[in-house]
Amino acid sequence: MQTLLQANNICLRIGDHEILDKVSFQLQANQIITLIGPNGAGKTSLIRILLGLQKATSGSVTLATNIRIGYMPQKLAIDLSLPLSVHGFLRLADTNSRHAVAALEQVGVPHLLNSPMAHLSGGETQRVLLARALLRKPQLLVLDEPVQGVDVNGQEALYKLISQIRDTSGCGILMISHDLHLVMASTDEVLCLNRHLCCQGTPEVVSANPIYTELFGVRTAFYTHHHDHEHDLHGAVDNREEDRHQDCHHG
Amino acid sequence: MAEFLLYALLAGLGVALITGPLGAFVVWRRMAYFGDTLAHSALLGVALSLWLAITPGVAITIVCLLIAIGLFALQHQHTLAADTLLGILSHSSLALGLIAIYLIPGARLNLEGILFGDLLTVSAEDTMAIWLVAIAVLVLLIWLWRPLLAITVHQDLAQVEGTPVAAVKAALMLALALVIAIAMKVVGVLLITALLVIPAATARRFAKSPEAMAIFGSILGCLAVICGLAASWFADTPVGPSIVLCAGLFFVLVQMLGINRI
Repeated sequence: MQTLLQANNICLRIGDHEILDKVSFQLQANQIITLIGPNGAGKTSLIRILLGLQKATSGSVTLATNIRIGYMPQKLAIDLSLPLSVHGFLRLADTNSRHAVAALEQVGVPHLLNSPMAHLSGGETQRVLLARALLRKPQLLVLDEPVQGVDVNGQEALYKLISQIRDTSGCGILMISHDLHLVMASTDEVLCLNRHLCCQGTPEVVSANPIYTELFGVRTAFYTHHHDHEHDLHGAVDNREEDRHQDCHHG
Repeated sequence: MAEFLLYALLAGLGVALITGPLGAFVVWRRMAYFGDTLAHSALLGVALSLWLAITPGVAITIVCLLIAIGLFALQHQHTLAADTLLGILSHSSLALGLIAIYLIPGARLNLEGILFGDLLTVSAEDTMAIWLVAIAVLVLLIWLWRPLLAITVHQDLAQVEGTPVAAVKAALMLALALVIAIAMKVVGVLLITALLVIPAATARRFAKSPEAMAIFGSILGCLAVICGLAASWFADTPVGPSIVLCAGLFFVLVQMLGINRI
């Protein structure tokens, strides 16, 4: 199996802040790895370093030669003064209209081709972003919180779509998620990040790991969260940040 | 038609042609204040050209580029907001430029012309230079259209997809500096941003694509130049402000007519 990406002892310090501490892992073709961790754990920083958008303080990233990467950023904030349709947005990655239509069909929203980007719902925006990533026929897909702003049913559908993409194209996928239980069925391996890699393995192994439970609480807590607004979850996680770091280092 | 009026019209249209597409980027990327800062620093360029006895256009372009680089470098300090920083630089360079021009011995300058434009005195050579630069910048923008749009929509995404972000941004700065240098004669340093922002913003109301917005911006700019010149001819008003006022009136008119398609 081809190794697509290898991270070796990635460290990131900004001023006195240690953002990432000796993070190492590798991703193979046809493998889905989910990066999970509390807010401020350095997930997005790690992804930005892997993509070459940010420099690590030390450590190295090795990518397979001439690898095609599809990237789905966390947020898309297009200024309202820019009149851009979905088609216009996809054309930025590939000028061939037939490819754009095919990519939209693949993510299940072909009817959106001529819609203005500004009119899309959260879930539609995520699917269009995914379509743009797919336009590059990626060998490696990097998805930063692909289900952000999507309701729970939509999240499951989106995760299902992502694992289908892996099954049909055989690409490797690295994604960030907030919620292990939703992503469980569609990931091969989970990396639990809190500045350093706390634990890793299959989703079953990670969810049974006491370090994981200390970081995220027991499973029942997640069921109540599901009925909450997304920000509540973030807020609740934030309040316990201090304890968590200690726990993490003990582990 | 008087010859000077013909040159004025041609020069104005040349500038309006390029401020459409470039102005669209200024609006999309929220660079209005940034453009203002560069335009004010053009005054410093005029002073420099007198001191070194070089062509004003060249001096202005160089000074604008230097200021742009300076702003780039300052961007990374986070104590002050970007608009505060621009406010400091914009007005300091305007003040410095004014003083520099005063201090040059024997300089007989039409300061009002520099600040508010002096379209009726453009020569055949000026007109030629304006069109050359306008066409060069237009070719540059068309050539880089897709990468420019890509970094405007999402810079990180564009970079991962292989867009040379720094080079494309530098090209946009160069385009802005060049257009400021040629627009100064038409509307003056204080009103250049108006010519960039107003036609593009007006075009937003009925443009369905970025390309349409750029083209409509050019057309609206040209109309403003024609109407402004006409107003100046018949009502004896200053040309630069008349052109900007016409552009502003178009904006209000379009908002009131409610032509609203996205």
